[in-house]
This record gives sequence, C-alpha cells and structure tokens, in this order.
Amino acid sequence: MSEQVFPTPVRKLPTGIASFDVIAKGGLPEHRTTLLSGTAGSGKTVFAAQFLAAGIRDAGEPGVFVTFEESASDIRTNMRSFGWDMEGWERDGKLAFVDASPDPDIEVIESGSFDLGALLARVQNAVRKVNASRVSVDSLGAVFSQFSDQSIVRRELFRIASALKGMGVTAVMTAERTNDYGPVARFGVEEFIADNVMILRNVLEDENRRRTIEILKFRGTDHQKGEFPFTIIPGSGLVVIPLSAIQLRQKSSDVRVSSGNAELDTMCGGGFFRDSIILVSGATGTGKTLTVTQFLAGGAAHGERCLLLAFEESREQLFRNAIGWGIDFERMEREGLLRVVCDYPEVAGLEDWLVSIQSIVREFKPQRVALDSLSALERGGTVKAFREFVIGMTSFIKQQEVTGLFTSTTATLMGGSSITETHISTLTDSIILLRYVEMFGEMKRGITVLKMRGSLHDKGIREFMIDKRGMHLGRRFRNVTGVLAGTPVHVSPGDLERAWSEHEGDAGKRRRSSDRG
Amino acid sequence: MSEMTGGPLSHYVLRLYITGKTSKSEVAIANLRRICNEELRGQYELQIIDVLEHPQVAEDDKILATPTLIKRLPPPLRRVIGDLSDKHKVLLGLEVRPDAATPGPAPDQP
Repeated sequence: MSEQVFPTPVRKLPTGIASFDVIAKGGLPEHRTTLLSGTAGSGKTVFAAQFLAAGIRDAGEPGVFVTFEESASDIRTNMRSFGWDMEGWERDGKLAFVDASPDPDIEVIESGSFDLGALLARVQNAVRKVNASRVSVDSLGAVFSQFSDQSIVRRELFRIASALKGMGVTAVMTAERTNDYGPVARFGVEEFIADNVMILRNVLEDENRRRTIEILKFRGTDHQKGEFPFTIIPGSGLVVIPLSAIQLRQKSSDVRVSSGNAELDTMCGGGFFRDSIILVSGATGTGKTLTVTQFLAGGAAHGERCLLLAFEESREQLFRNAIGWGIDFERMEREGLLRVVCDYPEVAGLEDWLVSIQSIVREFKPQRVALDSLSALERGGTVKAFREFVIGMTSFIKQQEVTGLFTSTTATLMGGSSITETHISTLTDSIILLRYVEMFGEMKRGITVLKMRGSLHDKGIREFMIDKRGMHLGRRFRNVTGVLAGTPVHVSPGDLERAWSEHEGDAGKRRRSSDRG
Repeated sequence: MSEMTGGPLSHYVLRLYITGKTSKSEVAIANLRRICNEELRGQYELQIIDVLEHPQVAEDDKILATPTLIKRLPPPLRRVIGDLSDKHKVLLGLEVRPDAATPGPAPDQP
C-alpha cells in the first residue's frame, strides 16, 4: 500500500495573464497544446499574442507566433495598441514570426498529394532560433481555407501538434467556431488537440456584447468551471474577471467608520463597518445623493481619501448640491481627499467599468468609495453582466479595505424595491432604505436601517428632514404602519396601544413576520 | 503571352521545395524533370531546396506545403503544390500551353 506510485502531475505554466491564471488555477498545462476556440471577433488573436507577450515581458520566456490568417506585419501593428512592441522583441531575439498568411497575389495550384513539411520545418526553425518555450498558432481554420484537400491538412496539423509536444513547448492553437453555443470548432480540429480546450465567447444579449472565457477541460489537471467575463482594454489586453476566485477571501473588520451623520451612526449602532458595503435605496429625491455626500465629507473630515463614482449627475450639479448642504467638494479635491469620476454609464461596458474602477482604486487608494447609482449602471448591460459587476465590485472593494456606499434607485416613488436590490441585497452588508411617506397631505421622508451585518441597530423607521446643513433625523413614525410597502395606514392611538402590548408579550416574533408580509 | 522577349533570355527560373529525400520528393523531382524536358525544351533553371536543410529560405518564400514548385520567372509568380503528378495542372501553373510552349528555336540540351 505504501508503494503506491502516482503519475507525475501535470504542471502548469503561469501565462502571466494574471486574472486568467486564477481561473486556470495556475496557468496552462505545461509542454502541452491548448485549443482556444471562438467565433469571429471573440479575442482569439489577442489571447494568442498576449500569451507570448506576457511570457517575453514578465517571465523571460521567448515565443513563436505562427500566423495563418493575418500577416505578421498586421499583427505587429494591431498589437502595438496593447503596448506590446513585437518588432523590438524580434530584434532582441525573443520573438519570431512564422508568417503563413495567404498571399492574395500568388495563385496556387494543387497537383497531386502534398504535406505541410515546410511549415513544420519553419516552426521548428523558429523555435530553435529564439529558444522558444511558448508557441501560438492563429488560427487553424485559416489553414484549411488555404488548401482544398482537408484530410491532408487535418493529418498534417496533427503531425505539427505532436511535433510541438516533442519540442517541449507550451502552445496555444486558436480555432474558429460558427456559433457561440455549438460544436467546439469547425473542421473537427478538436479531435487532435483535445487534451485542453478553452472557449471564448462574444454573445449579443439584449443589445449588449458580453465576452466570456470558459475552460472546457484541462486533461489531468484542475481549473475553475463555467464562463468568466472578460474585457479587452487598450494598454493591457485581455483582462479576465475571476468572480468566484475573489468572492470569499475577504476579511471582515469590526472597525467602525462614521457615515458622516452622527444620528445615522447612532442608528447603525455606532457607524458603518470598515470593509463593508452599504446599499442605500430610495426613490428619486429621497436623499441618496445627500447620504453619499455626507459619507464622503465624513471621510474627508477624518483625513480619509474618498472616491466618488457618479453616473447620474454632472460634476457641476454634484458640487452645487454639496455646497447647498454645507459641504465643499472643491476644497476636498484640492486637499487630495476627493476624486470624482463622472461619466455616462453607457460610454463603456460593465466589464470595462469594473476594470477601470479597479485601476482607479489601486492608484488613488481611497478609504471610501461611493457609487451613485448602481441603477444607472444597470442600464449598461444584461442582468447577468450587472450581477457580475456588483459581485466583482463588492469583493474588490472589500479586499482593498475600503468602505463602499452604493445607491440604488427604486422604480416607484412610494415604497417598492428595485431590480437592482433583488440582485445585490445579499451581497451588501448593510441596507439603508430611504422612503417617501405620505402623511396628512404632506410628503415626508423616512429612513430605516434594514440590515446591518454583525451589529445591533435601530430598527425603527424614522422621519428625516433635509436643510442647509444636511440630513436631520427626527422621530419614529409612531402612528402609521406600512411605510416601507408604500401604503402607509394611520393607526389610532388605541390600536397602537394594543399592538405594542401584544408585541411586548410575544418577543417581537409576530412583529417581524408582519414586517415581512 | 508566351512570346515575351524571345531568344535565350526567355527561360524559366523554377524552384522546387521538398522535405528530405523521401519517395514523395523523388516523385516530384522526377515528374518535374520530365515535364520540363518535354515542354520547356531545356529552357529552364531548376533549383531544388530541402526545407530541412534551409528552413530560413522556406520562411522567406513563405512556403507551407511540400513539394511546392515556384515559377520565379517569367512573371507573374506562380505556385504549384503537390507531387506534380497532374501534368496538365503543372503546365497551367507554369503558364505553358503544350502547343505554344516553345518561344522560338531552342537548343536540345541545357
């Protein structure tokens, strides 16, 4: 029993595409070939080039790029936008191209049987020349279109794939698919490099493009399962958003920070927790932006850096509003305590927003981040993409030891919940509801702390007023019920008396259940 | 178009790429020699390149398949891939019509 022999485990080669290595649990299987299949425009060439670029730049591993589709000079030009100086690497002997792209000016006639011996010799020559440990082949489908005899091409590609294995290189071969959800690849190429298969998708959903990467299989080794959203950004290339990898690694802190409003702090049991996410939900005009403004001012008052991501109001509007509540955003900015990012949510996809917000946070290192509002961002993508954005955003913020305040706009003026909330309420640590309450022919505002993870808090629904110095919390709405549902019913003092005495006897159980109903 | 410059300058410059001394390579070489002797009346230069020995030359010429026959001169550049067993297609690639293949009187042997 003790003599049990385990086969050598498949080793992984870290690609250097950091976010990809997370979902690949270390990288690509070393000394093997991985098939990367995707529809047109799904990012195959970028991945193939980045695999080499990351190797050359970050790992000191030279590479060979075999291109069947675009010419080498096109690829050099296209990849410059990602900051990859392929020409320089070629000069330094770190990168070699095997340009097997078709020449439209030369007519090719087939007469009798042939093989791809010349191609193989060129690949071997290039690998030898730069002492490559990485090879990218882009793309297999383009080889088939250059020759009429497909069976020869299939056989020859198989030969090349096994030759690559023999050379000890780690390779990525791209292949076309006609459909984002269908057979792995055209021409049956997966038959000969079926050990490792990855799929890139670029799906049109509700008028939004959604890019995902999925590792279908890594033979003999582990990887994360499912589709992971990614985005392609200038200057960096492909960035994968590894949702599940970052989800449960956050530490939680019991350090309290001020909400910027002493009365609200008291309601929350002493302030917000640092490293927590607070969701403020309310109809338009209930005071969400005020809550945000106070939150930022509260941070700045303690010398904390604050980041405001504003998607609803213009910079001028935000600054004017703040002045109206006695808060000077401009001074905070001058002191380096505030940065305001103000943009239309539609200018970029949600994945791009996530990546760019992350880079702003890494660079500015704020202690507080406010996002106003999630509902505006929700318009920018599918439900799935939005949920992923929120997951990515919340987990990232928690990792950075930042307090996050997100707002969400309810669809109806009175009560109700927004779609935003149903998707993210479980992800947030605290939820504060702001509601309009109609009382005796007057609109009043109500505030309640619905949830405060890990802390006692005031469970009452309190009235609040807004004036030139901001938000002021008043008394509980005592003789009214159904405030949160948006259908307040006035209760006579007698009924109220009875309700309270029942409540007293029943340890609050009934009250909680009636709250939910 | 077969009567271009006429005279001894009007000959064919051909290059044949092969992978090693395999039987397929031998077949291609034999086929090509036969066709050239029959149709070009010796008015040709033939260079045979083994990609295993000269991969960089294959790289520069962007060769994928072997055997590949390249007609370098006269222009335009043409490629014929395969073991050249189909004479008709080879002639098509060389732009030689069997009946009009001889541009003027030619010597019997090169």
